[in-house]
Amino acid sequence: MFAIMKRELLSYFTSPLGYVFVAVFYLFSGLFLFLFTLSNQSANMESVYTGMFFVMMIMIPILTMRLMAEENRQKTDQLLLTSPISLPRLVIGKFLSAFVILAICMLIFLVYGLVLSGFTSVNWAIILGNMFGMLLMGSVFIASGLFISTMTENQMIAAVGSIGLNIGFILVDSLASVMPVKFLQDIFYSLSFFGKYNEFTLGVFSLSNIFFFLSAIFIFIFLTVRVLEKRRWA
Amino acid sequence: MIEVKNLTKQYGSKVAVNNISFTVNEGEILGFLGPNGAGKSTTMNMLTGYISSTSGTATINGIDVLEDPIAAKMHIGYLPEKPPVYGDMTVNEYLRFVYELKKSKLPRESHLAEVRELVKINEVKNRLIRNLSKGYQQRVGFAQALVGNPGVLILDEPTVGLDPKQIIEIRTLIKKLGKHHTVILSSHILPEIQAVCDRIVVISSGSIVANDSTDALAKNLSADHKLVVRAEGNSEDIKKLLSSIPGMDRVYVNREAEPGVWEYYLEAAQGKDLRRDISKKLSSRNYPILMMKSNELSLEEIFLKLTTGDNYGGVDK
Repeated sequence: MFAIMKRELLSYFTSPLGYVFVAVFYLFSGLFLFLFTLSNQSANMESVYTGMFFVMMIMIPILTMRLMAEENRQKTDQLLLTSPISLPRLVIGKFLSAFVILAICMLIFLVYGLVLSGFTSVNWAIILGNMFGMLLMGSVFIASGLFISTMTENQMIAAVGSIGLNIGFILVDSLASVMPVKFLQDIFYSLSFFGKYNEFTLGVFSLSNIFFFLSAIFIFIFLTVRVLEKRRWA
Repeated sequence: MIEVKNLTKQYGSKVAVNNISFTVNEGEILGFLGPNGAGKSTTMNMLTGYISSTSGTATINGIDVLEDPIAAKMHIGYLPEKPPVYGDMTVNEYLRFVYELKKSKLPRESHLAEVRELVKINEVKNRLIRNLSKGYQQRVGFAQALVGNPGVLILDEPTVGLDPKQIIEIRTLIKKLGKHHTVILSSHILPEIQAVCDRIVVISSGSIVANDSTDALAKNLSADHKLVVRAEGNSEDIKKLLSSIPGMDRVYVNREAEPGVWEYYLEAAQGKDLRRDISKKLSSRNYPILMMKSNELSLEEIFLKLTTGDNYGGVDK
């Protein structure tokens, strides 16, 4: 598991992808911080976090697109699948590699907190809570991107497919608002990733939301394992 | 040791591998021979647990590959048709990765140095794999299979893309490894199999058509009672003369090999050696024999004969 994670991390940073990803993440978060917080002379980073949802939605598929697709294309999956390692460990190793990159990205928010604390008093609990929320949301995107990447040999298809799936996550809200029956509306709202993420940005730290995101991550990792298993039995 | 029992793989209605069984003992090198698309790679992929079998079992050192895949895979070193190397890693990084992946307990650096030495990739150990030539990449793939010193080696066309000198080196290496490992080697290059393997399994359209020791296979199928003779003189006369030898079943005048010299294909009764009689008979009439050889089938011909059913392998008439 850690062997896989180490290899992927090495690969992220031998190609420009890892650096570019982190740089673009810092660029957008810095831009949002300047636009929504600093230029408004406010210490409220809520809009920054909301903006980062959309940045992650588009960017994380680029991080995850090659995770399995490239293995499928280069036939290096033959090495992984014939090694004495279980499929869940293989998939979790892949997941963790992207997770580490995302965690590196998140660290910038500590810096932003420090910057703000120079001007005003900062509620660190909210900043840390929000970082945690972003990390959870990003992990769902990683797991879904990994799932899509496993099904194809083509990185582009993997990227576009995962972005499409991520857009689907938001569309759940729009669908909910047009549902005629209250009952259906409730179901759709309860599946809303964006709504739950927003609660984090508002400073609501609820266990049920955390559990919701963890379940989503688990489901996509489980589906990824199933795809690999299914291919073997095809 | 590898045991394969009634292994079958179906893709929809297409049967890729049909009910094959064979055993490879420890310290034995088995050659897996067959035309492209015969099911060699499919069988190897099933042995290594990359794909499942539709029915039948494969056991590695007594462990069923499907029942306990992780334990079985601990014993296997697999070199697939396309070496599973990562272009963005150096050779050393890659081998360390494989070492961790296989959870090897051997001392890492000395073991990897040993492996690099065996396949002769020491001089490229710090280079990115994607910058290496096909031959080197193939050898890095081979090195990967040796990491962790597994008891069973499964090699799918290990010498593809190598130059003749490298091919000989790799063959020598496989022979050496075969003394302490169980090796399955697939190839469609027959002299290679003949040079390296103790036993050959010939597979054609998913079924085993022959499974025997290399020598026995050549012997059983070769026709030592069939001779090719070239003699100088009137072909009609010589044909009559040869036909009159007791035990001669068939005499066929093939062609005029040189001016005045004809070539004859002779077929004696099974197990009869008529070479002396032929020599005496022809020399008694002053027809000099310019060439006489047994029409022994080469492995190529045996192979064609087995896989196409053509009795003479396209050589004889």
